[in-house]
Amino acid sequence: MSAVTSFLTRRRGQGRRWHWTDVVTWAWLAAGVVLMFGPALWLVASSFKGPAQLAEFPPTLLPYVQQTAQVEGHDEPLPLYTVTREDGTEVVLAEIRRIGTNSQMVDPANPEERINVNIADREPVREVGFATENYVAPLVANNFLRFLWNSVFVTAVATAITLLTNSMAAFALSKYDFRGRNAVMLLIVATLMVPLSVILVPLYAVVNATGLLDSLWGVILPTVATPTGVFLLRQYMLTIPDELLEAARMDHASEWQIYWRIVLPLTAPALAVLAIFSVVWRWNDFLWPLIVLSRRELYTLQVGLNTYAGELNVQWHYILAMTVVTMIPVVLIFVFLQRFITAGIAGAGIK
Amino acid sequence: MTSLGHWAGVLVTAPLVLLARAVDPLLRAWQRWTGIGGMAAFFLLPNLLIFGVFVLIPIVLNLAYSMTGGTEILLAQRPYVGGEQYARLLECQDYSRPLTCREDQFWTAARNTGLFVLFQVSLMVAVSLVTALILNREIKGRGFFRAVFFFPVLLSPVVVGLIWRWILQREGLLNLLVVNLGLEPQVWLNDRVTAFAAAVGVSTWAHMGFYTLILLAGLQAIPRDLYEAAEMDGTPPARVFRRITLPLLGPNLAVVLVLALIRGVQIFDEAYVLTGGGPGTSTLFLTQYIYEVGFASLLRNPGLAAAASMLMAGVLVVLTLVQLRLSRSSAGGQR
Repeated sequence: MSAVTSFLTRRRGQGRRWHWTDVVTWAWLAAGVVLMFGPALWLVASSFKGPAQLAEFPPTLLPYVQQTAQVEGHDEPLPLYTVTREDGTEVVLAEIRRIGTNSQMVDPANPEERINVNIADREPVREVGFATENYVAPLVANNFLRFLWNSVFVTAVATAITLLTNSMAAFALSKYDFRGRNAVMLLIVATLMVPLSVILVPLYAVVNATGLLDSLWGVILPTVATPTGVFLLRQYMLTIPDELLEAARMDHASEWQIYWRIVLPLTAPALAVLAIFSVVWRWNDFLWPLIVLSRRELYTLQVGLNTYAGELNVQWHYILAMTVVTMIPVVLIFVFLQRFITAGIAGAGIK
Repeated sequence: MTSLGHWAGVLVTAPLVLLARAVDPLLRAWQRWTGIGGMAAFFLLPNLLIFGVFVLIPIVLNLAYSMTGGTEILLAQRPYVGGEQYARLLECQDYSRPLTCREDQFWTAARNTGLFVLFQVSLMVAVSLVTALILNREIKGRGFFRAVFFFPVLLSPVVVGLIWRWILQREGLLNLLVVNLGLEPQVWLNDRVTAFAAAVGVSTWAHMGFYTLILLAGLQAIPRDLYEAAEMDGTPPARVFRRITLPLLGPNLAVVLVLALIRGVQIFDEAYVLTGGGPGTSTLFLTQYIYEVGFASLLRNPGLAAAASMLMAGVLVVLTLVQLRLSRSSAGGQR
């Protein structure tokens, strides 16, 4: 009974026998690992498969590459197949060409003799291999390098501006006493309730009027004045004792110096959290860039990926590889900085 | 490693430090001229300027746009039409059947969004609550498992949509499992019901880690001695859960509910990449409707899109207020 208690309420002690709640716990966690990581791993595994293999059903777990052999009398390497002969024995042959349901094949050891085989009787010889051209080709040919650069630019610049403007505002709101301070704070917090999706049309009009339409700055600027950022930094700056500032003023430090050389370094942990969040937000932004950017060479990775995935003839081998590339920075953040993000969410409820 | 990181940091910040030094004389002069009050204004200005131009002005303009007609984007060139856009959205013979409405797409999107929110939020709260309860136990590698459930939260909606499109397609992983179980493979995203279920499931998959974290923080804040006292009194576990855990978790549950509802109403990115609103209009949601009417369709109608987003904003504000009230009463410790 107390095991059920601890399941529904809190942890249970060590050193007891396995209880059904333990089974539920570990089953849930195991399912969690498979469900949460599995799809992304499947994406990575698939991204190394060639187009022919991607169209196969059932799909194989690992990527395979068909073996080829150089055969005398042929310039190109020929693909190898295992052929089952009428007597049931198997032999490895190279295919020269396919004619209808027949395949014209040759034994690599004996290149003179041509053998006709029904395609139902042959199996490709494959071994685990990686179709790395999935990654190379779109970066070179399909603008993806451009998209990647745009995404990096938007993310880096937007994060830098976010950190600067939000910390300046937070400094004013936490360290100065002026009329209307609470009104400003309230205004900023209230707009948390107004998400981007309800002001799309007028925001588009404003961006249009400021001449930022179809430019990366039109993507960056509307996102940088985050209320969450101001709020987070202000809460943190409130914990910095005012005596520190007073001491600096005694030493004739200017207000800018106080902000830049005292308050900002002391706010580093909160700035780091905001920086991580901002990078993830801006890297992942989709709807707003989709609306602002119409010239292809300005697309960010997310918009570019969506465009290529929305085409009539989806080139999955490229899409999958580029999805993996899009995922890399976020996975790095997950591996190395995940603690900061979870602490930020649990502590301040930001996302 | 640390010294490497240190020097990298120095390299990045050095230009900034120099810049900050360079502006100092100017700001000193400004400070002498305007005093501390001027400095407060200076520090607030960049953020408030951006905020005003890109958030506050659009909020006000939205109302203006919703009361004008035509296809022009410049407000000055748009004729005033009063409440016509709203009337057009709300004109309907039978609200339960979207096809009888003048803007049938809007009502289809509204109905889909309502159903989506209903299913997704209940699923989300249930799944995150169970996960939080499990992660709150004394298990080995808790940090690791907490991270596991959090992983998809960081992925971009486009990546999430593509990952699952790839799994749910005809030759995909799900069909492999289905065939191995001896069932018929399906094209999951081509069927109205399974495509809708996929939108619900995928968005839950992508965001549950976030809500789990909030609930877990709440569970860990519940004082342990309460449970010890209950155990000593021999209180049945179900009642302990109902009388201690749930009430004390109340504020966090309310927060999770508010956020899940608000996000649910705005569902767009991952569903759009996953299904594109289809098949037909079975996964067309409100934000996609606004996006398509305002920007994507040939006969774009910014006024209609603005009116629709005003209605959506109304729903969001009401939801927020109701839920804030709920969370206040549960924090007050009723029950």
